[in-house]
Amino acid sequence: MNNHKSDITEVTGLDDVGDGHIAEAHHPTYGVNILVWIGLLSLTSITVAVAGINLGSLALSAALIIALVKSMFVINFFMHLKYDNKVFKIFVGVCMLIFIVVLILTFFDLTFRY
Amino acid sequence: MSQNTETAVQEEIHEIHMHRDDFGSKMGMWLFLFTEVLLFGGLFILYASYRFIYAESFAIAASELDVLMGAVNTVILLTSSLTVVLGIVALQKNNKKLCLFFLWVTIACGILFLVNKYFEWGAKFHHGIYPKGPALQDMGEGEVMYFGLYYVMTGLHGLHIIVGLAFIGFVMWQIKKDVITATNFQKLENSGLYWHLVDIIWIFLFPLFYLIH
Repeated sequence: MNNHKSDITEVTGLDDVGDGHIAEAHHPTYGVNILVWIGLLSLTSITVAVAGINLGSLALSAALIIALVKSMFVINFFMHLKYDNKVFKIFVGVCMLIFIVVLILTFFDLTFRY
Repeated sequence: MSQNTETAVQEEIHEIHMHRDDFGSKMGMWLFLFTEVLLFGGLFILYASYRFIYAESFAIAASELDVLMGAVNTVILLTSSLTVVLGIVALQKNNKKLCLFFLWVTIACGILFLVNKYFEWGAKFHHGIYPKGPALQDMGEGEVMYFGLYYVMTGLHGLHIIVGLAFIGFVMWQIKKDVITATNFQKLENSGLYWHLVDIIWIFLFPLFYLIH
């Protein structure tokens, strides 16, 4: 138990007693999060402005790319994925991959049918 | 160390060992969030399919929505997400009061979002745009599909806002009672994770429903 405990203290920098599953403090600051928020607001105005321009078939891709960038900001900073254990990053990656695969498979059907 | 305190410490270690697994708690929350992605993902794929078939009708129907209202709601949700995360920082810095203040702002933003949605839906109802409503009877299949998806997806999202508010309210109560503290904040993080997911869903709903031309 003692051995285990010192391992945890080393990894997490926390002096907690427990079984290695105590939440990590990633020493976050107010500033970084406020910067991310400003970035998100700017991207929101960009997406509204871009929608006003007639981009034709590119309009949807532009809107989706901006939305994707925004959600990456939220996931990495607000949801702390950037500072998190690798396993959560793999989780999110696999989840996105599955969604994209299902979407593409659906469109195989749609494009050949209509 | 006396025999007594040693036993007490042992008991405390045992208790933490038994009742506290932040990593597992976080993993459980993320897994739950993936089931939410599955739920909304299915609807997004449905949306994509119908938009592919009825591209023009979707653009016409979308002009009924107020872009400004959608943009304002986006800003409100982004701000509420920021205040949750600032609340976590505040609690980690042992500033309970500031943490609760930030979470109150989140609650206020969530309620404001719902009030806006109420007025938005109300205006649509007023114009006869609701399932089986008079305005929809005169519209084409594509427009009917658009508004069907609009009500289901923004409605389900609204329900998630209500659940998120209840979750954060519960967490606030536990912070007040010192159950959630500077060294034991996983529940607060989990409520934050849920709230941010709801935010991300709106990040996609906004351009897909409001910004089609």
